[in-house]
Amino acid sequence: MASSLHNRMTRASNRVAFVVCILFTVFILALLALVTGYLVKIGFGSLSWDFFTKEPSGDPKFPGGMRHALVGTGVLILLASAVGIPLGMLTGVYLAEYDAKSFIASPVRFICDVLAGVPSIVVGILGYELLVAPFSRYNAWAGSLALAFIMIPIVARTTEEMLRLVPNSYREASIALGATKAWTIIRVVIPAATGSIVTGIMLAIARVAGETAPLLFTALGSRFTPTGWSDLNNPFPSLTAQIFSNSIQPAPETRALAWAGIIVLISLIFVLNLGMRVFTRSRHPG
Amino acid sequence: MKPAMTLGGDSVASLNIPGQGTLAPGRASQAASAASLAGPVAMTDTHAEVAAEKHVLRVSDFCLYYGANKALHGINMDIPVGKVTALIGPSGCGKSTLLRSMNRLNDLIDGVRIEGDMLFNEHSIYDRRVDVIELRKRMGMVFQKSNPFPMSIFENVIYGLRIDGERNKRVLMETCERSLKGAALWDEVKDRLHSSALGLSGGQQQRLCIARAIAADPEVLLMDEPCSALDPIATGKVEDLIYELRGKYSIVIVTHNMQQAARVSDFTAFMYMGRLMEYGPTNTLFLTPHLKQTEAYVTGRFG
Repeated sequence: MASSLHNRMTRASNRVAFVVCILFTVFILALLALVTGYLVKIGFGSLSWDFFTKEPSGDPKFPGGMRHALVGTGVLILLASAVGIPLGMLTGVYLAEYDAKSFIASPVRFICDVLAGVPSIVVGILGYELLVAPFSRYNAWAGSLALAFIMIPIVARTTEEMLRLVPNSYREASIALGATKAWTIIRVVIPAATGSIVTGIMLAIARVAGETAPLLFTALGSRFTPTGWSDLNNPFPSLTAQIFSNSIQPAPETRALAWAGIIVLISLIFVLNLGMRVFTRSRHPG
Repeated sequence: MKPAMTLGGDSVASLNIPGQGTLAPGRASQAASAASLAGPVAMTDTHAEVAAEKHVLRVSDFCLYYGANKALHGINMDIPVGKVTALIGPSGCGKSTLLRSMNRLNDLIDGVRIEGDMLFNEHSIYDRRVDVIELRKRMGMVFQKSNPFPMSIFENVIYGLRIDGERNKRVLMETCERSLKGAALWDEVKDRLHSSALGLSGGQQQRLCIARAIAADPEVLLMDEPCSALDPIATGKVEDLIYELRGKYSIVIVTHNMQQAARVSDFTAFMYMGRLMEYGPTNTLFLTPHLKQTEAYVTGRFG
C-alpha cells in the first residue's frame, strides 16, 4: 500500500534527522573540547603564582607576571560600568516606558542596534581621535569610555527587552492606585525586571572584558600596576592588550605567558556566565 | 431626540452643579424603542428609583472613541452613593470601557478621544485642570485578573500609602491590618505578611487586590469582572465581601455573570453596543424589565 510505504519513509527520515542532529552536536562539542584542551595544555604550563603576583620584568626569558594587567582590566571595567550602566539603563527605560511607539524611539532603537554591531576597532579609533590625540597621551579615561561606548547599546537593548516583558497589569494597577508614571517605573516595573536586567549587564561586562582593539588605541598598555588616581591619566594596562603584546614577542617564555593570560581571560568570562545562570536560576527556581 | 436633561445637559468642562441630590423630573422613566438602536443615541430607560438616589458619580453625555471607532454613545447615568451598581451586557458592549473611563485609566491608551463629561461629587473629571493622580486615589480599582505586585503582601497593601510618602511604621501596620480585615484576608495571611504575594491562591490574590484598593481609603470602588478568573468558592467569598463593603464605599461592578449581578448589586445597568439601554433597581430589572432587549438578555436568549 502506498500509504504504508509513505509511513515507513516518514519514520525513516525522522530517524535520519535525529541522527544527523546528534552527529553535528557531537562534532561541535568535540571541536570545543579540542580547542579548550589545546589551550589548557599550552597555557597551564605557564600558569603559576607569578602570573598573579608579578609585573613584567622586562627580561624575555623570565617574563614575570600579569598582575598589572588584571588590576588594569578590573579598573577599566569598573569605570566603563559607571558610565555605561546608568546611561544604558536610562535609554532602555526611555525606549520601553516612554513613547514606545513615537517617531523618536524608532530611530533610537535602530541606532542602538547599529552601534551594537560596530566593529570595536572603530570605537577604538574614535576614542583615539577624541580622547587621546587632544591630550597627547594614551590614558585610562579614554579606554574606559571606549568600553562604555560598547556597553551602552547592549545594556539599553536588553533593559528595554526585559522591561517590555513586565506585564502591563502591574503598570495599570499602580496607576489606578494613584502613582505617577515615574514612581511606577522605579518602584514596580524595574524591580520586577531586576534579575533579567542584571543578566543583561553581566553580558555586557563579559563582552567588554574581552575587548582588545578599542584599548590598543586608547589605553595602549603599561608594565606597571596602577596604584593611584594619577595613573589613570597615563597609558594603562589591560589583560587583553597585554596578551596581544606578549603573543607577538620572539621569546617563547614571553609568549607562553600570553597563553596563560588567555586561560585566565576565558576562565573569567566563563565564571561570569556561570554566575549569570546561577543568579537567574536562584531567582526563578524551577 | 435627546431626553430632557436640564442638569446633565450638553456639557463639557465647566459644569459645576451646586451640591444636589435629586434630579429633575425630566429624567424619569422614558420608553426607548429597541428598534432605534441603529439611529441616533437611543434614550436610556432609567427607572425612577435610580433618579431618586443621591449620586456620587454622574456620567453626562459621555462618548468615547478608539481612533475612529465609537465605543460609547452618549452615556447618561448616575452612580448612587453607598450602593452597589452592576454593569451588565454582552461582550463588547462597552462596560469595561465605561468603567475604566471613570478613573481615567483610558488615558493610558493611545488614540482614545472622549466627548461629554463625568462628574465626581459634582466636579468634572475630564476638565483640563483636574489632577488625575488625586482623582485616582479617591477611586479604587480591582481588575479582572488579579495583579498583585511581585512584592510582599504587606508592601502590596500599603503601596497606596507609600505613594503618599507615609513612613510611620505604626500607621502602615494599622492600615495593613485594617485593609486586610476589610478584605476578609487577615486571618489567612497575618502570619506571613512579608512573604511574596505571588504565593497566594487566585482567590486570595484577588482579595489582596481589594485590600490594596481600600487601603488608600477611596470613595468609589471600580471592579472589572473581579470574579471571572476565580473558582465558585473564592467567588462566593469575594461576593460576600462586596456585600459588606457597600455603605462605606460606592461600588461599580462590571460582570458577565447575571446571577452575580442579581446576588450582589442594588442597581443594575444594562448596556448594549456602547449604549446604556436600561438602568434600574436590580430586582425590577431582572424580574420586570421595561425593554424587550433587557428581558432577552437577562433570560439568556442572547449574549
